[in-house]
Amino acid sequence: MQTITMREALNQAMAEEMARDERVFLLGEEVAEYDGAYKVSQGLLKKFGPKRIIDTPISEAGFTGLAIGAATLGLRPIVEYMTWSFSLVAYDQIVNNAGQIRYMSGGQFSVPIVFRGSSGGGLQVGATHSHTPENWYGSVPALTVITPAFPDDAKGLLKAAIRSNNPVCFIENEKLYGFKGEVPDSDTDFLVPIGKGKIRREGDAITLLGNSASTHRAMEAAETLAKEGIEAEVIDLRTIKPYDFELVAASVAKTHRLVIVEENKPFCGWGAQVAYDIQRKCFDELDAPITRITGLDVPQPYNGKLEAAVMPNEERILAAVHDVLQ
Amino acid sequence: MSAAGTKSVKMPSVAKSVLDLPPEGKRDLYRQMLLIRRFEEKAGQAFTQSKVKGFCHLYIGEEAVGVGTISVLEPRDAVITAYRDHGHAIARGMEIKPLMAELFGKATGCSRGKGGSMHFFSKEKNFYGGHGIVGGQTPLGAGIAFAQKYQGTGGVTLCYLGDGAVNQGPFHEALNLAALWKLPVIYIIENNEWSMGTSLARSSAGLPLVNRAHGYDMAGITADGMDLDDVRVKTAEAVALARSESQPTLMEIKTYRYRGHSMSDPGKYRTKEELEAHLAKDPIHLYQQKLLAAKVADQAWFDKLDEQIRAQVQEAYEYADASPEPEHHTLYEDMLTPEDQIPEIPRGNYNHF
Repeated sequence: MQTITMREALNQAMAEEMARDERVFLLGEEVAEYDGAYKVSQGLLKKFGPKRIIDTPISEAGFTGLAIGAATLGLRPIVEYMTWSFSLVAYDQIVNNAGQIRYMSGGQFSVPIVFRGSSGGGLQVGATHSHTPENWYGSVPALTVITPAFPDDAKGLLKAAIRSNNPVCFIENEKLYGFKGEVPDSDTDFLVPIGKGKIRREGDAITLLGNSASTHRAMEAAETLAKEGIEAEVIDLRTIKPYDFELVAASVAKTHRLVIVEENKPFCGWGAQVAYDIQRKCFDELDAPITRITGLDVPQPYNGKLEAAVMPNEERILAAVHDVLQ
Repeated sequence: MSAAGTKSVKMPSVAKSVLDLPPEGKRDLYRQMLLIRRFEEKAGQAFTQSKVKGFCHLYIGEEAVGVGTISVLEPRDAVITAYRDHGHAIARGMEIKPLMAELFGKATGCSRGKGGSMHFFSKEKNFYGGHGIVGGQTPLGAGIAFAQKYQGTGGVTLCYLGDGAVNQGPFHEALNLAALWKLPVIYIIENNEWSMGTSLARSSAGLPLVNRAHGYDMAGITADGMDLDDVRVKTAEAVALARSESQPTLMEIKTYRYRGHSMSDPGKYRTKEELEAHLAKDPIHLYQQKLLAAKVADQAWFDKLDEQIRAQVQEAYEYADASPEPEHHTLYEDMLTPEDQIPEIPRGNYNHF
């Protein structure tokens, strides 16, 4: 085991996969000579050279489409967005081309590609730079959406995403790049299965379901609840689409209460789908209505105090838990 | 109309070898154009019979562009186009039965009935679609050329767009990337003067459109899309430049569509005189006159060919009509590629009732 940051874990995942497969290459803004806007690609240019670590112009629609075209011919691109907020100008390329070429061609052309980059609010970068887009991409049938919360999952899931023969949106969280955790050593071929969640804390009083940074908010809330004698189970969903229904359902069968913590906005957020599925299939298990704590339904404010109120924070989670437990 | 590049790019000289085609080669080019014409007429007819649904954009009048450009390619080269894709697919050598069946939405269609008129594909023919969002295919074209260069295949890519696509942002991003990274791609603007019902003069500043090559410091050439030989020579120059020097070219080919934008468009925005002036330059008729004058074929040969092609198209129509609809179980097929390096990704069931 090694203790490394999320940023280092992602870097190792790309380096290892590029070393084992010549078809894998990385392109994006500032990924090469600048060593990455968030230093996720640090040192990769030196290791793999400019043919495979490619600085692009600020041209998301162009380089996204270019990478998709290259994937249809058999390459395996990793596209880095400096932030997923910038993917909006490439939305047509991701949705219509990466997401639908295989289906529209009757299965003839595959699109093995990973789109990845930072996302999320809480750093006072304002409304345009704070999006959490997992629900936007989760609504596209053929796209897989992954949102890791811990360094080990980040590494194992990114390696699996690169090996997938299908398009994957790998949505990192800027707040977590410096988060440290234990990760298996690089000489082991460590993969984490896509589509599987993970219980990060066991408990029997209530289930807290999170993803990405929201999992950490749920963990913090669970520690506070433990001091009150309430043992919450915390599930990190890890993959948003397809999500691990069985794991959530099994936990709900144990705790009979579910609070979902998600950073995206409430309307059509991923938690709405989970809540629908659980009420539909596990109705008799529920002792209380499912409750969602989401980003508030306003653009992200710049002011730190206002933004803190918008984020799913511990105070709001605790209020939801106490409401559900009443 | 000049073969000279808009900038200092010297276009390779290929005219002699391209035009020096044996008689059977010339006859085959004529055959391809006529096949497209008759296929499209039949598709239009099938649309009016409600056998073909949705949108159906016909290539009638533009045949010399698709046939001429694709005729100078090798099998390893790639073709990608927009939604007016029937002509390119036929010129690329796709069989017309699965094409007609695709229009009919049948299981035997080239995209298994899941693509429709705008989304023809053939991996075997390196035909990368058939794309429905205006200009959305242009970055893909750069990417296919990028992969050809990355893998050293020696192939080049032809990427088509209409004059209505030139003002979309991704097209300009693609041109910049193609020039910046020296990609072996040829962008072909099929300028038929109308983006649906909006004339070129009302949609685009900075005419002629080929001038857009200037800003990206890339070769820009024009061709007369009613003249098959001109299209062939100019495209061959661009292909040679891409293949030997990995340099992109922007081509503007002047053409005209004789029908409306799609089958739902009666084309009332243009005058009868305008249409007639272009009908007088029918590319198929012009090439026929050329072959007659050069004694490559006589009138009897042309008559017989038309008869054969009409029968071939009728056969495709009957094949499509008789073909089965896709089975319900195929609904979820073709969405995802089977995994071979990781376990299959489980698929959630979000479909109730």
